[in-house]
Amino acid sequence: MKRILKMIATIISLNKDPMPVAREQDVVPFRNRVKEYAVKIKMGLVNQTKLITAASELVRNMLRYGGGGEVLIEVVSRGRDSGIRLTFKDDGPGIPDISLALKDGYSTGKSLGLGLPGTKRLVNEFDIKSEVGKGTKVTIIKWANG
Amino acid sequence: MDRIPILRMGPFLLVTIQVDLYDRLALDLEADLVKMVSKTGAQGILIDISAVSIVDSFMGRIIGNIGVMAKLLDAETVVVGMQPAVAITLVELGLPLKGVFTALNVERGMDLLKSKIQLFEQDETDPENDSDDHITE
Repeated sequence: MKRILKMIATIISLNKDPMPVAREQDVVPFRNRVKEYAVKIKMGLVNQTKLITAASELVRNMLRYGGGGEVLIEVVSRGRDSGIRLTFKDDGPGIPDISLALKDGYSTGKSLGLGLPGTKRLVNEFDIKSEVGKGTKVTIIKWANG
Repeated sequence: MDRIPILRMGPFLLVTIQVDLYDRLALDLEADLVKMVSKTGAQGILIDISAVSIVDSFMGRIIGNIGVMAKLLDAETVVVGMQPAVAITLVELGLPLKGVFTALNVERGMDLLKSKIQLFEQDETDPENDSDDHITE
């Protein structure tokens, strides 16, 4: 039983596709790439839209606050589920207080402060790690049937 | 450089967004539309987003801003043709696009704009004349 549970919980990466995003013009091709993978694993249209919107929010954050970085696009599977995992990594200034950044309506920029909390609502799994002065890494997973 | 064309039709300005929006393009559209309203004295703006597959918080904000800015110049804004998946995503994101009128398609959007303008022209003579597909407040 333990072994089965462990198997279900293990997320296997099937395909890795790193993509640098350094300028605003890279955003549209990046979104299209994410969409291609989502279509490939037969993700429904609503989930596709949520995933791409979340990706768009995070990539904007990465450009605006982190000065650009790299996104790793992965097709992942866990048991019978397949999904897309996106890892956004930048070498920017980092976020001093993550819990504050995750609060609705909080922003240091000129935005509405919906980016991070909104993104969290759109995806199935959301993880953020940040170190001041070193950079930020955000990982999200959207399951095809999630 | 890319630009989204703005068409003039009588007292209205029509915008059909056919490409994937990135931030610069959306900001340019905002500025162009506001300038155009001021230049032409247009009373209504109709924005067709039926070909737009994603609207994130930034683009949502721009759309909302266009509505508010146009209002300051005495023009109404109607957003039409939103895809169902986009509507679901916007609400979950926490951005219900307050402040702009919406309609299901271009035809209903035009009717809504016309009724808005007539409403203002007739002043308080006909307060009942309300369309069924507007969202506000």
